[in-house]
Amino acid sequence: MTESLPPTRPRIPGAGLAKGLAVTLRTMTRKTVTEQYPDVQPELPPRTRGVIGLFEENCTVCMLCARECPDWCIYIDSHKETVPAAVEGGRERSRNVLDRFAIDFALCMYCGICIEVCPFDALFWSPEFEYAETDIHELTHERDRLREWMWTVPAPPALDPAAEEPKELAAARKAADKLAAAQAAAAEEPTPGEPTPGESTPGEPTPGEEGPA
Amino acid sequence: MNDVLDVALRLIVVFVAFLVLPLVVGQTEHKVMAHMQGRLGPMYAGGFHGWAQLVADGVKFAQKEDIVPADADRRIFQLAPAVALLPYLLVLLAIPIGPSEGAVGQVVDAGIFFVLAVMGVGVLGSLMAGWASANKFSLLGGLRTAAQLLAYELPMLLAAASVAMAAGTVSLPGIIDAFEWWWVPWQIVGALVFFVAGLAELQRPPFDMPVADSEIIFGAYTEYTGLRFALFLLAEYAGIVVLCGLTTVLFLGGWHGPWGADGLGWVWTLLKTAVLAFVVIWLRVTYPRLREDQLQKLSWTLLVPLALAQIALTGIVKVAINQ
Repeated sequence: MTESLPPTRPRIPGAGLAKGLAVTLRTMTRKTVTEQYPDVQPELPPRTRGVIGLFEENCTVCMLCARECPDWCIYIDSHKETVPAAVEGGRERSRNVLDRFAIDFALCMYCGICIEVCPFDALFWSPEFEYAETDIHELTHERDRLREWMWTVPAPPALDPAAEEPKELAAARKAADKLAAAQAAAAEEPTPGEPTPGESTPGEPTPGEEGPA
Repeated sequence: MNDVLDVALRLIVVFVAFLVLPLVVGQTEHKVMAHMQGRLGPMYAGGFHGWAQLVADGVKFAQKEDIVPADADRRIFQLAPAVALLPYLLVLLAIPIGPSEGAVGQVVDAGIFFVLAVMGVGVLGSLMAGWASANKFSLLGGLRTAAQLLAYELPMLLAAASVAMAAGTVSLPGIIDAFEWWWVPWQIVGALVFFVAGLAELQRPPFDMPVADSEIIFGAYTEYTGLRFALFLLAEYAGIVVLCGLTTVLFLGGWHGPWGADGLGWVWTLLKTAVLAFVVIWLRVTYPRLREDQLQKLSWTLLVPLALAQIALTGIVKVAINQ
């Protein structure tokens, strides 16, 4: 075992002790990590899981959040309303109206699954965390209180410089490129026989443009 | 009448220093230890950076009930904190901080003997507390204290004897009067032995097995509450002041400094003492506690031989100079 180890430098007696002293002295000259919380508010990153805000205008009462919640802390009540036909002779439609939306933060374990599953972007994380109560019932935040938290939701942080483009942007860019290519092809259509670089034979899709944009 | 006034004034000054300096060291320890660990330390008491934290602690201790365990040896138990604390007051009385007559509480001719003997008495307080508490942890702590005292009195005494040999006197002002700058490299080994042995005698980390809280609760002080407990703590910090002051006087030349010799000598003494107190705190933050057997080994196999070697060196140099 010991033969395979690389040869160690000759040890100066007390070198380890001196190293220890150096560590503590260096730490003393550095800035401390203490957060002076009640006096100074902490700087929390935008995705901090402080409290959940409800953007109720986006909610369609699909109940996905309530069903996915692992500890069943989301309460939703709703009723159906009939919307009269938009055009003459059209069909009446029904839509869901939210009556109650409440999250019991005494039960919530801040897993964020409700926010992940919401297909309509109605739930958001807010970094606010100062909502302790003396009565546990007060921890059930009703719809109006959840709506108020929305004002504290920060803008999403910018993507990393090397990150992949957002899906929406990529799709839009692809559609725009395709349109520009089609227009360029249409503009060059009247003068045939003059080959231009990048021109594609009509009917044969250029690589990268296959499929619906 | 004038003599009485003079004595009273000296006693008052020493007493005030005895009450203030340990608190200053304690507060420094709070802050230095915190920053060495990346923390801020006390920030509230007194308003500005928690300067009054120890005052607040004192008020808290004073409010607590003074409990004596039912099986304890009542008188000894109650007397122990005083025995632990008062010797340091007496030692402080004999430490000269400046060259003039007024800069020492009381000049004692056999200064080194007096100082070391009285400092040894301070440890008896822990022994008394450990025995009188009727508690197994206290007893273990007391026995460890006794073992530590036996192991570290000797190297401390030998190191001090080396300085006394070099100066040719056992009076503390006499030693500083004879001091030359080259004594520092000459006596450096003795200084280190004296300082380390002193730390062990004060039961400061890394030599705090007698109060090792993870093993024996708080050693001899386990059963103490309120003011008596505070007195034990105060004794520890007074001990730091006394040890640093003594090391300054014996090995670092007391009031001698590169400049400002006249009238400002006491500044040098206080400065050197403060630097040593910082080192005491620094060592506490840096090193983990030694095991009981490692402690004994350090003393008997390293410090005692080093102290003896220092005495031999002192003797040789002394003879060489005198020829």
